[in-house]
Amino acid sequence: MVYITRIEHFNAAHKLFNPSWSKEKNEDVFGKCANENWHGHNFELYVTVKGVPDKETGFVFDAKKLSVIIKDHVTDLLDHKNLNVDVEFMKGKICSIENLIIGIWEQLKNNLPASTQLHALKLYETPRIFVEYFGE
Amino acid sequence: MQSVSNKVAVFRKEHFNAAHRLNNPAWDDATNKEIFGKCNNPSYHGHNYDLIVRVTGVPEEGTGYVMDTKKLSDLIKEKVLDKFDHKNLNEDCVEFKNLNPTAENIVIVIYNLLRPEIKSDLDIQLRLYETERNFVEYPI
Repeated sequence: MVYITRIEHFNAAHKLFNPSWSKEKNEDVFGKCANENWHGHNFELYVTVKGVPDKETGFVFDAKKLSVIIKDHVTDLLDHKNLNVDVEFMKGKICSIENLIIGIWEQLKNNLPASTQLHALKLYETPRIFVEYFGE
Repeated sequence: MQSVSNKVAVFRKEHFNAAHRLNNPAWDDATNKEIFGKCNNPSYHGHNYDLIVRVTGVPEEGTGYVMDTKKLSDLIKEKVLDKFDHKNLNEDCVEFKNLNPTAENIVIVIYNLLRPEIKSDLDIQLRLYETERNFVEYPI
């Protein structure tokens, strides 16, 4: 079994905000991340697929094809966007990186060939804050 | 002891996260979109900005410092980070009310905020990263 990882990146604005709470409670819980005029990040996304290398190509998964799938179904939808306003698959969700990585997983799961084993995602919001998700 | 007569550069690295968009209000939407591309998105996008401040001078006799880096850190925090961190540069920051918040303009604004606060016999130069691969320097 070999694990192959593709790294992509995107820049986006967001805010952390729970619409069922008051402005005061949002500011209390989310601090400066609740700024109603948004703030933003450079996000780094690690996508790991696992499998046994194909006998004929030697590939677990063609890294170029993986890159195109990530671009078409994830980064084109997120890059230079406002996560709260512009992104269909985050509608109705709080735009934390935890929820974002689950949303990205669903996007990839739905667009990778059924035989492909998506193993893990890692998403950096800043160089010091990141989340991991294994579809569990 | 000859080294104390030489100039030394000290660096402090800080960071802030902010939203912005590039837009020239004197142009129509189509022109803005053509020139600024996806950076023109009306609902903004954002970055993790890294700021490196270089202070150059001769180490002081008494302390051995060009500038106390803790004081430099406090100064950057007070004058720059408290203003821009977790903000929308276009909406929240008076400096960009009539100035497009490109990395070029941001670095000039930051220089002008810091320069009066640092002793005039010390040179300062800034490097501002908008992404890992895009950065600007001022003054050159």
